[in-house]
Amino acid sequence: MPEAVAAHAEAHGHPAHAHHPALQHHFETLEQQKEASVLGMWIFIIQEVMFFGGLLLAYFLYRVWYHEAWVEGSNELDILLGGINTVVLIGSSLTMALAVRSAQVGSKKGTVNWLIVTMVLGLVFLVIKFFEYKHKYDLNHIPGANFVFEGPHAPQVQIFISLYFGLTGLHALHMVIGFVLLSVIAWMAHKDRFSPEWYTPVEMSGLYWHFVDIVWIFLFPLLYLVDRTHRLG
Amino acid sequence: MSHIAPVKSYVTVFGTLMVLTTITVAAAFTNLGSLNFPVALAIAITKATVVILFFMHVKYSSKLTKFVVASCLFFLACLFGLTFTDYLSRGWFASPRGTTMAGTQVTVGPDAPGAAEKAAPAEGGPEH
Repeated sequence: MPEAVAAHAEAHGHPAHAHHPALQHHFETLEQQKEASVLGMWIFIIQEVMFFGGLLLAYFLYRVWYHEAWVEGSNELDILLGGINTVVLIGSSLTMALAVRSAQVGSKKGTVNWLIVTMVLGLVFLVIKFFEYKHKYDLNHIPGANFVFEGPHAPQVQIFISLYFGLTGLHALHMVIGFVLLSVIAWMAHKDRFSPEWYTPVEMSGLYWHFVDIVWIFLFPLLYLVDRTHRLG
Repeated sequence: MSHIAPVKSYVTVFGTLMVLTTITVAAAFTNLGSLNFPVALAIAITKATVVILFFMHVKYSSKLTKFVVASCLFFLACLFGLTFTDYLSRGWFASPRGTTMAGTQVTVGPDAPGAAEKAAPAEGGPEH
């Protein structure tokens, strides 16, 4: 009987029902408990997909209606910064996957370090995003009363830029939440709260982080790329 | 306990995603006409699938988890399918000259593209 299990059985006063301290009493096994967590997390993620799906739906419909404005608006975005951010974010997904792997094999140092690398990459993404937003601000491209845009489709370009800010802003908010989440998980890992038998919070944060990565995988081509070569005249 | 993938496989997944990112950027600078959009979307869906299967461990998950993940496609199909059948089919039967590609004509201001032609053929032929 592993040490933790023995200690926990003693706390219960009934060694016959010995189980891992992380196993809650309404689950049969740790596998079953983890399966329940994974399912719950996925249902949360599906809800998030629908949330971003609604905004993307607005993007698709307006793109069909105001294609010229979409071309103009999309050409305003900086492909280089967007591209760097794509590499940074996919890189952070790799380090997140390695953090989960370290937790699986029971490497506390690996888990903490990979989580920190992931957080740093997330921060780099947000800083680059900040400079992109600042550039828009300097050009008066913020939708609203002070919106200024040279071109024949300014009102429709404003719709594009509103969706740009809506989609990337909500994505950035998810990144900030992810950052806070990972700092808590890193602290828990540092405090030896995880073991190869139970590392569910690391795995769940991983699922969340990868989901945020997937959102960007769609935002980058849709906002920055697809209408790049369709500039009309 | 659960499947532990080797570090090398994660690096390979990362490499695959980088290659796909390069392809999608290269495709964006090539004028494929109306194909730019489906190509970009197809690459994004491929990348998302790779992330879901390997980074999110769905490939090694139980059948129930796989089923729940796949159900997401069903809900998205409802959202997009039902909305598009409405919006993109508007004007199919009402427009005297058939339809625009969008299935609808949106006029913004008097100098909007198509505004002049739309006014002209009013007296000829059945309006609706």
